[in-house]
Amino acid sequence: MHEMVITESVLKTALEHAGAAGASRITDIHLVVGQLSTFVDDSIQFYWDIISQGTLAEGAQLHFRRVPAELLCLECEAHYTLPGDDLACPECGGTQVRIVAGDELNLEAIDVETDGDTVPASTGAGG
Amino acid sequence: MIQRIPVVEKILSANDRLAEHNRTKLDSAGVFSYNLMASPGAGKTSLIERTIAGLAGRSRVAVIDGDIATSIDADRARAAGAIAVQINTGGECHLDAVMLQSALDTLDLNSVDLLIVENVGNLICPASFKLGTHTSVLIASVPEGDDKPYKYPGMYRGVDALVINKVDLLPYVEFDMEYFRRGVEILNPGLVTFPLSCRTGEGLEAWLEWVAAGRIEEMSAEGSPT
Ligand SMILES: Nc1nc2c(ncn2[C@@H]2O[C@H](COP(=O)(O)OP(=O)(O)OP(=O)(O)O)[C@@H](O)[C@H]2O)c(=O)[nH]1
Ligand SMILES: [Mg+2]
Ligand SMILES: [Zn+2]
Repeated sequence: MHEMVITESVLKTALEHAGAAGASRITDIHLVVGQLSTFVDDSIQFYWDIISQGTLAEGAQLHFRRVPAELLCLECEAHYTLPGDDLACPECGGTQVRIVAGDELNLEAIDVETDGDTVPASTGAGG
Repeated sequence: MIQRIPVVEKILSANDRLAEHNRTKLDSAGVFSYNLMASPGAGKTSLIERTIAGLAGRSRVAVIDGDIATSIDADRARAAGAIAVQINTGGECHLDAVMLQSALDTLDLNSVDLLIVENVGNLICPASFKLGTHTSVLIASVPEGDDKPYKYPGMYRGVDALVINKVDLLPYVEFDMEYFRRGVEILNPGLVTFPLSCRTGEGLEAWLEWVAAGRIEEMSAEGSPT
């Protein structure tokens, strides 16, 4: 259910950045989703198709990049990525751990179209 | 011509910023705060009633109650002796920092010591939205079944304490405490846990001690709002 709120926030952020760049259309949206994040890709896509209508982002493709969780053991200070569901430290078995990354949902980048003459040639190369 | 624009923004950054703001407000009023999360009917309001009564004369408690509709829960908290504000989310499945901010504006924080927020009954969504409270508590209850840590890992992972309510029902329902606790240990090693019954009062003393001991100085080193 809260994917609606999330999707609205993705759209708002993307439109702000596209507007600032003088874009005429957003073609692609690149999202980074942590392994521990609870957001459902399909649900975000569902709301996206509805709320992006009539905006610069209508028809834009959503890309989800999954990133693993990173943990820090507070007992032996080992850094490790989460292998499964067990958060305990693989080095010392310690159970006092901190999640450093892995529950995020970030908007990493957007691909936009601009009217050719407004873009300096040197910055035209996208990824 | 297609161009890539780097953005790198947290999608929930607006909520997170507001949560920081709520935290600062609570800190400066000297009010230590708890975010209670649980499935519908686990006993959030019952535990709040017990906590208000148990801390009477020791701590002055305010309650912010989140529900999709009605003011039943805030009325119960008020009847138990607390200042209480109801938030009706109008369909949203969780509280967020904006809702908490407006509720905080209606409370006289200088006249209370502790704030308890009852989140909307839901084991998924509230985990994603920080409110700005100091501590988050999950209430599990025996009749929900012993498999809940395995099915709702996101919620068990993120909390600072766990209450296992309705232990008076252990003789009547199938609930393997060992299996349940093993699941919790995997997700949130060393989590402080309070098995108790809001009906019989068993186990409440330890919980009350823990709640009453909540101090802003102790937590502030730990940083991020919950
Ligand atoms: N047997 C037993 N019943 C309990 C206990 N605690 C609460 N209940 C009952 O469980 C039911 C739900 O309790 P509430 O406190 O309203 O639960 P809640 O989590 O606030 O519910 P919502 O706000 O609707 O999500 C009520 O009928 C309570 O009397 C307990 O320890 N043992
Ligand atoms: Mg309730
Ligand atoms: Zn370790």
